[in-house]
Amino acid sequence: MIPLKRRKAYDAIFVWLSGLVLFFSLLTLFSLMMSLLIQGVPRLNVAFFVSFPSRFAEQAGILSAWVGTLTVMSVTAVVAVPVGILAGLYLEEYASKNFLTSIIEINISNLAGVPSIVYGLMALGIFVYQMHLGQSILTAGLTLGLLVLPIIIVTTREALRTIPTTMREAAYALGATRWQVMRDHTIPYSMGGILTGVIIALSRAIGETAPLITIGALTFIAFLPSSIMDPFTVLPIQMFNWVSRPQEEFHQNAAAAGIVLIGLTLTMNALAIYMRYQFRKRIKW
Amino acid sequence: MKFQTFNKNSKKLLCFKERLIEVGLFLCAFLSILITLGIVFILISESIPFFREVSIRDFLTDPQWTPLFFDAHYGIASLILGTMVTTFVALSFAIPLGSIIAIYLSEYASHHVRETIKPILELLSAVPTVVYGYFALLFVTPLLQKIFPELSGFNMLSAGFVMGIMIVPYVSSLCEDAMRAVPMYMREGSLAMGATKLQTSLRVIFPSAISGIVAAYILALSRAVGETMIVAIAAGMQPNLTLDPREPAQTLTAYIVQVSLGDLPHGTVGYQTIFVCGLILFLMTFVFNIFGHVMKKLTREVYE
Repeated sequence: MIPLKRRKAYDAIFVWLSGLVLFFSLLTLFSLMMSLLIQGVPRLNVAFFVSFPSRFAEQAGILSAWVGTLTVMSVTAVVAVPVGILAGLYLEEYASKNFLTSIIEINISNLAGVPSIVYGLMALGIFVYQMHLGQSILTAGLTLGLLVLPIIIVTTREALRTIPTTMREAAYALGATRWQVMRDHTIPYSMGGILTGVIIALSRAIGETAPLITIGALTFIAFLPSSIMDPFTVLPIQMFNWVSRPQEEFHQNAAAAGIVLIGLTLTMNALAIYMRYQFRKRIKW
Repeated sequence: MKFQTFNKNSKKLLCFKERLIEVGLFLCAFLSILITLGIVFILISESIPFFREVSIRDFLTDPQWTPLFFDAHYGIASLILGTMVTTFVALSFAIPLGSIIAIYLSEYASHHVRETIKPILELLSAVPTVVYGYFALLFVTPLLQKIFPELSGFNMLSAGFVMGIMIVPYVSSLCEDAMRAVPMYMREGSLAMGATKLQTSLRVIFPSAISGIVAAYILALSRAVGETMIVAIAAGMQPNLTLDPREPAQTLTAYIVQVSLGDLPHGTVGYQTIFVCGLILFLMTFVFNIFGHVMKKLTREVYE
């Protein structure tokens, strides 16, 4: 039997250890941000946002990249948001507990864990070669849409689960049909949670690089797209291209693009966390 | 407020509309099955012609992987080893750090501290992986080179380390969920016997939540195996049959990136190799994911 004093000392040591581990993790996050900022901030000027990529590092910019990110994200949102929410509604409100439903559920949790690059290969095979959509904005948007679909489905279901059954029963008792209950009650009440999930899903899609490389994103685009069938590049691809060059000046561009990218994703995540907090606080059943 | 009048026809119409909506919603949910079928179909149909050209024996035993060279060799072992080493490095950081944080958050931290720390940790996993790749190559590697001067510019150590840091919040939140699912009376019983918090955490809570914790580790493993950009940027693009994490090596995912960046024509054996790599990745993560979810469900069933 270890003496009480020593056991208490171990306890205190563990608290210190966990403090140290937390500090270490946050220090990594901090040094990541600092290394980006130190390298990248000097390059962040207006010209950087309105210039096309270039062979000369100091003239290169991210115009085609951020326009590409914006257009690809629009396609992704149009595809994934309605389908994801409706699928979540089905699984939570309609589906009876049977074999097919449980297959769909297991399948969704597996899809959430499939490496993103595998989605890219699937999109290359189906969208590019079977459906001949080309290496276009449409293909990219569809690919990322399928990739984030499981996230939207899961968060939608979680949001719906927080609505008490009594709300639904009250509406049914007044003669509302299933769809009326959902349209007028369940969906509006769970909107906060659903939106949070949508934001998180889109912020994940903004940072995705690997699947877009496999479907053939271009790294050098010196024009703006005129339709969704045009070739594309996006911010992470542009950053990847600059990181993989040996010259120091391009690394500065990469850091600057990284700041923009991280700024976007962290803002979206912070917004989602804030919304989740607000909705949890406001709603009391 | 509109009132529905229930004559026979409008009721029929309403029923039809309800039915239509249900079918529409079902199709959306069913789409997820089609995605999986699409993945499996593409990976297999592109891999079959490859295995007509290359014998399974060469594929498994050849030490070299040079599909794009004139003298082509198709030995998958070096890529799989690259994936295993980076994954091992990542998990040897992510699992201990994540578990310690989880025990702290679940057993020690006050409600307020927990609610502050968790969102900040979540930001770690929100950083795009390409940014982590930049960080590994241009910050961590130079730093490590001060400790190990012989470390090469591309190496599996820094890629694995950064990948591990990225996975920490994933491990910690899944482990914490598992430990918090252990009912309060287990803690109270242990504390009443005179055990300290640490003893309670390590000998009562941790073993009771073990299936959930193992699930967390397996899902983290699956994450690390499929991670692409960090290793593609920081671990190098040369297949290398080595167990030494200080050396550069290519992983399965990084190889797919390398080939996709080039301009390989559709239908060649070189092109099919990326689908073969994809198939291996898919099978590995599929097994891990399913196993992980079964384990996770087990914990839930024990205490609910």
